[in-house]
Parts: sequence; structure tokens; C-alpha cells
Amino acid sequence: MKSAVIVFPGSNRERDMMMALEAAGANPVEIWHRETELPPVDLIVIPGGFSYGDYLRAGCMAGHSPIIGEVKKRAEEGVHVLGVCNGFQVLTETGLLPGALMRNANLKFICKDVHLRVENNETPFLSGYEAGSIMTVPVAHHDGNYFADETSLDALEGEGRVAVRYCAPDGEVSDAHNPNGSQRNIAGIYNKRGTILGMMPHPEDAVEVLFGGLGGKPLFDGLAGALGEAA
Amino acid sequence: MKAKIHVTLKNGVLDPQGKAVGHALESLGFDGVADVRQGKYIEIDLEASSEADAKERVDAMCRQLLANTVIENYDIEIEA
Repeated sequence: MKSAVIVFPGSNRERDMMMALEAAGANPVEIWHRETELPPVDLIVIPGGFSYGDYLRAGCMAGHSPIIGEVKKRAEEGVHVLGVCNGFQVLTETGLLPGALMRNANLKFICKDVHLRVENNETPFLSGYEAGSIMTVPVAHHDGNYFADETSLDALEGEGRVAVRYCAPDGEVSDAHNPNGSQRNIAGIYNKRGTILGMMPHPEDAVEVLFGGLGGKPLFDGLAGALGEAA
Repeated sequence: MKAKIHVTLKNGVLDPQGKAVGHALESLGFDGVADVRQGKYIEIDLEASSEADAKERVDAMCRQLLANTVIENYDIEIEA
């Protein structure tokens, strides 16, 4: 299996992502955003950070980078795409995922561990988790407040496209455990085919016991297992 | 020509920054502030053959880049 991590000016989690992918056997390469072509890969990852300093809107400028045309083309062909944090923002700005990520409701930059309930594990992304299980991973963002209109939210829920939700340690989904004001506690969503996942929390920063636990490791192991087999 | 563009959040989209500004105004003693909505103002100098041409092009710019129409509305004013 091979993967590509797209790097923009202002990306800052690409190394964490490379390490997590490397450890899972996903053989990642870094691709600079000025490129217009991608090597043959099974997975494209858009990492976290502050691409273009969040100018205009978070993820907006990166969404118009030269490489994005190729990312869209590959995504259409069915190549799996993972966007984390700023990567999720880029995916909504390009229209690959619905909705938008707005300023956190409390207006603060939030950096802490959160608990996520796995709502739909029937994709390569979350195949390493039991449905309904809880993963603990950090968030680090200022604009993670997921917004979509009610019709779109109902459609996401109805189609099983809510991947993970913010919850209490015991899995209860409530306002008290919604860090950023996201509609319906949504922390991550899929596209219609389940080939694209965007999520605000950072699974790549929870793959080493020394650095805060292993909550994100099953995501990479599951992904590499599922896509590696198919490749 | 000059295009003056206001980008504002749609009705129904929560504006926490506007709310915080409202609270700050209140704490400064400004009474009667019912609601504050915060947006962006963008000016573009451009060459265009007519106002209609300018408006059409700026409209495309808004749709493709300047506004995120999932959450934002925009308003364009063209000055010759």
C-alpha cells in the first residue's frame, strides 16, 4: 500500500501524519502543493495546520492549490482521502465534503484530549474500531465548529455518514461534551461513497504510548489493513 | 472600476464573534444593542467593459472564492 500526504505552506502536522502512516505500513510520501500530479497511491491525506495562515477562511486558499485538481480527480476515481483538522476544512472548502467549519462557539483555540464515539465503522477508515466504541484523541483547533443546514444534517445521519461524534468518556453524546459547538456533536463525516473522511480531531497524535496514548492507532492500522489488502 | 463586496453570515448561522462583540459593547455601557453580526468587506479594483460585465465577473469570484455560500451571503456594489 502507498499513501501521499499533501503539504501546503502553513501545514504543521504533516510529520506526525507521516510517522503514523509509516508505522502502519502505509508507505507515505510527501507531496508539495505546487505539484499537479500524484504518484499511484491508495490513500491521499491532507494533514492539519494553518495552510496559508487561514487567510480568507480556514482551508480556503489551500482548496485552490494546484494539487487539488488532481486530488479531486483521484477522489472521483475512488481513491480514499483522509482530511484531518485543517485537512477537513480543506475538504469542505473544495466541496468534497458538505458543510463548513466555523469559529469555535466559545471563540477559543481548543487543545485537549476528547472522546469520540465511533458511529459508522463500515469503511476502511474506522474498520479498526468496534461500532459504538470510544476513541480518545486530541483536538487542536480554532475553527472546528461543524455547520450544515438541517436538511444536510438529516441526510448525513440518514445515510450513515456521521463517522464520529464528540462524547463523554462513557459514550454519552451531550452539549456538555461538545468542545466547539458543532451541530449534533459531529466531529467527522464521510462522503456518500464512504471513500472520504474528514475529521477535526488528530488520530495521528495518539499512536504512541509516550505521546498521549494509542487512541488513534486503530485508524491507521485498520486503514492500512483494508487498503493494503485491496491493493 | 471598483467592486465593493460585503460578505456576511446567513441568517440562522450562529455568529459567536458577533455575539462576543455585542457583549463587549454592552459591558462598555452601550444600551439598546439588540444584535451584532460580523462580516467581511473586500474591495477589488478591476478593468471591465461595463458595470454589468464587472458585476458578472465579481459574482463569479464571490461564488468560487470570496464567499463560502454554505454559510455566507454576499452583496456586490460596483463603482465606475
